[in-house]
Amino acid sequence: MSPDGKASQSGSAAVEAQRVTKIFGGGDDQVVALDDVSVQIGENEFFTLLGPSGCGKTTLLRLIAGFEHPTDGRILLGGEDISPLPPFQRPVNTVFQNYALFPHMTVGGNIGFGLEMLNKSKQEVDDAVTEMLRLVRMEELRNRRTSQLSGGQQQRVALARALAPKPRVLLLDEPLSALDLKLRKEMQIELKRLQNETGITFVFVTHDQEEALTMSDRIAVMKEGAILQIGAPRDIYDHPSDRFVAHFIGETNFLEAELLERKNGAAKVKFPSGAVLPASLPDAPISPGKVSVVVRPEHSRIATTKKDAVLSGTLENVVYFGTDTHFHFRLNDGAQFIVRMQNARDSGDDFTPGQELGIAVEADAVQVLRD
Amino acid sequence: MSTSVPETGATAAQSAERRAVRTRWLLVSPAVVIIGCVGILPLSIILLYSLLEPAEYAGVVWTFSPEAWMGLVLERDIFDDTLGLSSAHLTIYTRSILQALFTTVLTLIFGFPTAYFIATRPAKERNIWLFLVTIPFWTNLLIRTFAIMLIVRDEGLVNHALINIGLIEKPLAILYTDVAVAIGLVYAYLPFMVLPLYASMEKLDFRLVEAGYDLYANRRRVLRRVIVPLVKPGVIAGCILVFIPSIGAYVTPRLLGGGKNMMLGNLIANQFGTSRNWPLGSAMALALMGLVMIALVIYVRNVTAAGQKSHG
Repeated sequence: MSPDGKASQSGSAAVEAQRVTKIFGGGDDQVVALDDVSVQIGENEFFTLLGPSGCGKTTLLRLIAGFEHPTDGRILLGGEDISPLPPFQRPVNTVFQNYALFPHMTVGGNIGFGLEMLNKSKQEVDDAVTEMLRLVRMEELRNRRTSQLSGGQQQRVALARALAPKPRVLLLDEPLSALDLKLRKEMQIELKRLQNETGITFVFVTHDQEEALTMSDRIAVMKEGAILQIGAPRDIYDHPSDRFVAHFIGETNFLEAELLERKNGAAKVKFPSGAVLPASLPDAPISPGKVSVVVRPEHSRIATTKKDAVLSGTLENVVYFGTDTHFHFRLNDGAQFIVRMQNARDSGDDFTPGQELGIAVEADAVQVLRD
Repeated sequence: MSTSVPETGATAAQSAERRAVRTRWLLVSPAVVIIGCVGILPLSIILLYSLLEPAEYAGVVWTFSPEAWMGLVLERDIFDDTLGLSSAHLTIYTRSILQALFTTVLTLIFGFPTAYFIATRPAKERNIWLFLVTIPFWTNLLIRTFAIMLIVRDEGLVNHALINIGLIEKPLAILYTDVAVAIGLVYAYLPFMVLPLYASMEKLDFRLVEAGYDLYANRRRVLRRVIVPLVKPGVIAGCILVFIPSIGAYVTPRLLGGGKNMMLGNLIANQFGTSRNWPLGSAMALALMGLVMIALVIYVRNVTAAGQKSHG
């Protein structure tokens, strides 16, 4: 769970931000969009910047594209400092949030534009456009005007246009946010396929945690101009190191506990009930004493024996979801706790609200947060 | 079903239809009246006058004559009455067209960056800049033209400054030349270029400009391949709004050009004044109008055709 994952191991990162700060405006209107952010993104990686609006994820993307220049720090591409270069000198292309297709050109004109600007021969441009249209499965729409396309088709043209010049890095600024749910799911798979087929590094910006978890090799969770945690989706989901990360990604239970001991990364926490469980530590220094921990709802279950019950509380509500059922508990210390259990064929309505029950937690399910 | 029973079947539908037609006519009637009274009627009178003979002391004699239309480019020799090309008229026509073209190009060159600058300011600032652009309209064109006379005359601001810097020794003769007229026209019609350009640039999606930069187009190519095609309607509108009034300009060439550098507007005015040839003046006015219309149709057709052809 090291913060710089595989990129640092491979040596040269496709993109690297080194201590980048971006401040907009001046005087009293100053807005710090990025505050001393460092990140390395590896070759062929599908890297996602995830966070709520205003967290600086789009600013970071625009700094890589060259639309903005850092107030402080450097942007490296393949180890080379590109901070002073204008966007048209960076081998980086962007898929814009609302596609930004040229309305005065055809589909083919849009896709070929980048290569044309790179002074490729007409033959080369034509071949590349044909290839790209095949890649996004839109061969028959080459001579259409972009205004005659549906949202999903425009999305594909925007992708093809950005991929046609074979950039070192493809930047995607919330490209799926304008699509409806079904189309969004399709495009998620499509994007993943395109990344595999082209082998280009994708830097993807989104506020949708599910999207981030499905597609990414690694995710950087951002908040208020800082990166809180970087890791593989599973890392981020199972071992959030921060209250915000835990809260932003997936559903989770927050509990108070006492950190007892820590030896070589292994630690034990004691719950108010007296139960002691092993726990994972965040990658930040943390001192023994009172700590916040999280337990994912699906990593807990209703205890069948007294011995399993780490926590106990009153069942307040049972919500049936088809594949699984959510049990809402009020713990004895007043906190809320949700247990999610998969529905089996034979699991019936064994539990009714008002019951006093014990809750068991899987081993390794307890994650200590930094505070 | 007889028509005396209202609100039944086909009759009801018919009367509703009639009412709708009446309402439509009522609604368009103000426009029809205005177009008829201030457009078609005066133009018909001018057309009629252009086909008559001039009376000795202004006005017209009610006999048909094509003379006025021939007089546009031809003139009768004073001695033997043979027809020859009127070099005086042709010079004035050429000067007018050149001055108008020059004015259009120059206002476009100055107006484009100005409009782009305003359109790229923050929304609050834009109104201030637009306000500044329209300030000249508060003062009558005549007075502003007199002001230019003061600036460009031999003892004026420009010559004083140039002599003081030591660039020239004798004052440049600017006033009463084509240069002075050009300066006056560009100055007078620049806002007419800036405003329509601004209107279309304000609607420009600047993400498209970013997309252009992102796809390896440098500033010049973004301008040529992205911005210009997208603001073309504004460019056309601006060119029309500048070209038409400057080809028929009256005050500016009159004051800044002195007597010698007449343009079409002055020539036409003369026919109704000193020359006392109303039919010729009418013919000239109509010819100018026709010329401008033909030029516009060709221009707009070319532009739209080019727009549709690009990157097919």
